[in-house]
Amino acid sequence: MDFSSFLLMRQEILLLAITLLLILTEIFIPQNKKSSIVHLAIFLFGIHTIVGFFAIEEGNIFGGMFHTNDLVHFFKNVLNIGVLILLLQSADWLQEKIVIHNRGTEFFVLMFASLLGMYFMISAGDFLMFYLGLELSTLPIAALAAYETTKRISSEAGIKLILSAALASGVSLFGISMLYATTGSIYFNDITEVITATNLSILGLILFFAGLAFKISLVPFHFWTADVYEGAPISIASYLSVISKGAAVFILMILLFTVLKPLMFIWENLVYVIAIATMFIGNLFALRQQNMKRFLAFSSIAQAGFILLGFIIGNQLGAATVVYFVLIYVFSNLAAFGVVQAISLETGKENINDYEGLYRTNPKLSLVMMLALFSLAGIPPVAGFFGKFFLFIAAASEGYYILVFIAVVNVTISLYYYLLVVRAMFLRKSDNPIPFFKNKLYMRLGLIITVLGILILGLYNPIYDYIFELSGNL
Amino acid sequence: MDILSLFITVPIITILALVFTKGLKQARIVSMVGGVIQLIMAINLVFAYFKEKAVNDAIMVFTRDVVWYEHFNIHYSIGVDGVSVALLLLTAIVVLAGVFISWKMNDLPKEFFISLIVLSIGVYGFFISIDLFTLFVFFEIAVIPMYLLIGIWGTGPKEYSAMKLTLMLMGASAVLLVGILGIYFNSNADGGALTFNILEIAQVNIPFEVQKIFFPLVFIGFAVISALFPFHTWSPDGHASAPTAVSMLHAGVLMKLGGYGVFRVAMYLLPEGALHWSWFFIILAVIGVIYGAFAALKQTDLKYINAYSSVSHLGLVLFALLMLNKTSWNGAILQSLSHGFMTALFFALIGMIYSRTQTRDIYKLGGLLKVIPFISVIYVIVGLASLGLPGLSGFVAEMNIFVGAFQHEDMFYRVSTIIVVSAIVVTAVYILRAAGIMLMGPVKNEAYLNLPKVTWYEKTGILLLLIPIVGMGVAPLWLSDMILESLQPFIQAVL
Repeated sequence: MDFSSFLLMRQEILLLAITLLLILTEIFIPQNKKSSIVHLAIFLFGIHTIVGFFAIEEGNIFGGMFHTNDLVHFFKNVLNIGVLILLLQSADWLQEKIVIHNRGTEFFVLMFASLLGMYFMISAGDFLMFYLGLELSTLPIAALAAYETTKRISSEAGIKLILSAALASGVSLFGISMLYATTGSIYFNDITEVITATNLSILGLILFFAGLAFKISLVPFHFWTADVYEGAPISIASYLSVISKGAAVFILMILLFTVLKPLMFIWENLVYVIAIATMFIGNLFALRQQNMKRFLAFSSIAQAGFILLGFIIGNQLGAATVVYFVLIYVFSNLAAFGVVQAISLETGKENINDYEGLYRTNPKLSLVMMLALFSLAGIPPVAGFFGKFFLFIAAASEGYYILVFIAVVNVTISLYYYLLVVRAMFLRKSDNPIPFFKNKLYMRLGLIITVLGILILGLYNPIYDYIFELSGNL
Repeated sequence: MDILSLFITVPIITILALVFTKGLKQARIVSMVGGVIQLIMAINLVFAYFKEKAVNDAIMVFTRDVVWYEHFNIHYSIGVDGVSVALLLLTAIVVLAGVFISWKMNDLPKEFFISLIVLSIGVYGFFISIDLFTLFVFFEIAVIPMYLLIGIWGTGPKEYSAMKLTLMLMGASAVLLVGILGIYFNSNADGGALTFNILEIAQVNIPFEVQKIFFPLVFIGFAVISALFPFHTWSPDGHASAPTAVSMLHAGVLMKLGGYGVFRVAMYLLPEGALHWSWFFIILAVIGVIYGAFAALKQTDLKYINAYSSVSHLGLVLFALLMLNKTSWNGAILQSLSHGFMTALFFALIGMIYSRTQTRDIYKLGGLLKVIPFISVIYVIVGLASLGLPGLSGFVAEMNIFVGAFQHEDMFYRVSTIIVVSAIVVTAVYILRAAGIMLMGPVKNEAYLNLPKVTWYEKTGILLLLIPIVGMGVAPLWLSDMILESLQPFIQAVL
């Protein structure tokens, strides 16, 4: 047997090796040196991220169950960067709150296991591998959401997440079984050749879609989002809103654009309606939020609605704009969550009111937050503008002008609540502002990377060109 | 580096320099140096433009084109004609005057000047863009700093005004975005490639059905920032709450983006749509002119008077643009320039009066001519320019507009022209009423007897703006020539 084909799974194998290494370290490291596990994990994951940038050939293994190509590989790198930033931002929180309770290693093991599940999910070549990946990516997050065991709200978040995720994957599995019933195969390549629009296959499509819509938190499957984000530790909330959502968007897009392409005349209507509902509900609920985590939860629901604008045209342009937008979204949202994390860790404050007068005491943090929010809102010259504009171009290219119009109305609505945070930070003066504090090295690094991303990704055009080229081999 | 990109890079360098400054003194010096360089560049551009135009007959000169997003055919494409050169000069002057007027900006000075300069980058970029995408990018860059400028350094209900202004303008730009996408995806109507380039799209015959749909979107998108009735409500509140220099830039420069965009994008690229819809928007513009004038008549707050006066004057610009002929377009551009200088100066003077007396209510003021004669005399001069006294800039502009508008033989156009002309009378009333109550008569408040004298930086700011007002009134021909020559291709496109 030729083992060189296993190199296609290099990312997965390496991540697994890191995970095992961390477990071994946990066993052998003396009790008083436990805190160095955080440094070790970040260091190893950093190397993993860098190694990820070396190209991987295109190909299938395990009889087509596992499949990879340049676009999938690129997306794994996006996830890696996201997780790396997230680890940098949560390092201090881990040191102060988790490692002292002797639960540092499990955090990394669970998170990497979940990431591994996402790798398998987006690399899947059949529905079995897809489902395994989906489950592996979801279950550890539920444990992580309940990680602050001293807080009841955290346990509540964990249980809410696991129940709704279990329901979602059950629904999804039901849909998959129907697709299997109509096509007689679970392999993507076979399905795409024989699938036709029958009542059963359409029902299968809708149920399958619903399952993934839970993960992306599209309306009407969004109810868990705000509660879980609010209860879970901030790093897990940002993991859910960025990494988990990004991976789910990606695999849903791949499946709709390739395997389920023959049913496009069905799902484009589905996407159309859900896009409008998601944008409006996400935005309107975000207007009145006071807690930053809930606020970002609804904002991320609305962002998912915008992403669907790229879905609706179902071609290379759509794929490129979606991946590009997700890439930018990773940086923008992580920047916002990073600031929330930093402030929450230092002062325990998480409400928008608490941010009043922040610019006068912590100008740098406020500027990062402002850039992140402007990027989420889509204001030039930061990257979010380009991401949104290209999504609009994509939708308009097939004549969906009304959808674009609704979307731009939503951009204006969203601008209002993003400006509310800017107002609190810059315009208001407070008698009791958050005092000046200096961030630790990891946090600063995590924020600087996101800011660079926000500033560069839009203005520097080769990135989009590269993504567009990759999207050709969907 | 070409002569036009400098208008983007010099302000950026100024901002970078400002980041390292400490305190008000350093910040204002750096901003002033940056402003002076920009003004020199703008004046130099005028001369360079005449020299270039003598040998180069293209529509746009000093063009430069760099591919940005190849797949969408987005370019960083810049160039100027006579209209943009004139507006660039206006911008440079108003920005520099704004820096002088903000000489004593004590609260967060560095951030104030940075926001001000970001705004000016947006405006410069807007005036030099030939690519719809970059034009749109700069449009939004110009709008968003207003939120911080009004919200942080404003007075009165500043949070409300800032939010209202930002949301209405961003909402307008959202509508505009749909219009731009509509133009983009029909720019291959003749079989070419999709493009954002204004000059290339102008050569394409976009189908009438398409123009009919997208003209209103593009027109409204731009006209909101020119305070088109009924979307003008952001403007008076925004003016009233903004700090002095921001009001100046806002009324003097930012609101000009609307007229310029209507002229450069909506009319030029969608001429048949313009003809189809002009009656509807003429009605709105006429209402704006009359309504603005009467609203100004009832105000007692100086800033509100001038804010509504801006609604009226810019309604006139839109009205002139909708008349679709050369003379009235020339008038529209001249009115834009003239209004830019006048209103900026008005707001500068109001700021000076307010900083001395702590009130803007005309009934609380009185007899100012006796205590601060310099400011008062200038106020009267600008007021006269505003109501169209010959010899000052307003007259030249309004004359062109009305002569041009009356050339139409159609009943509808003539009637609407007559209605608009009557607004001049109202203008005279509200200008003279404010000046009379505030400047003449006995000094109402004894505390006003010892008002501080006008300082050198205030005088510099005033003179910077006053010279063009008088200059345009006395010698309008060179400017008018420059503009008229540039209007030719637009007229050909429309008629």
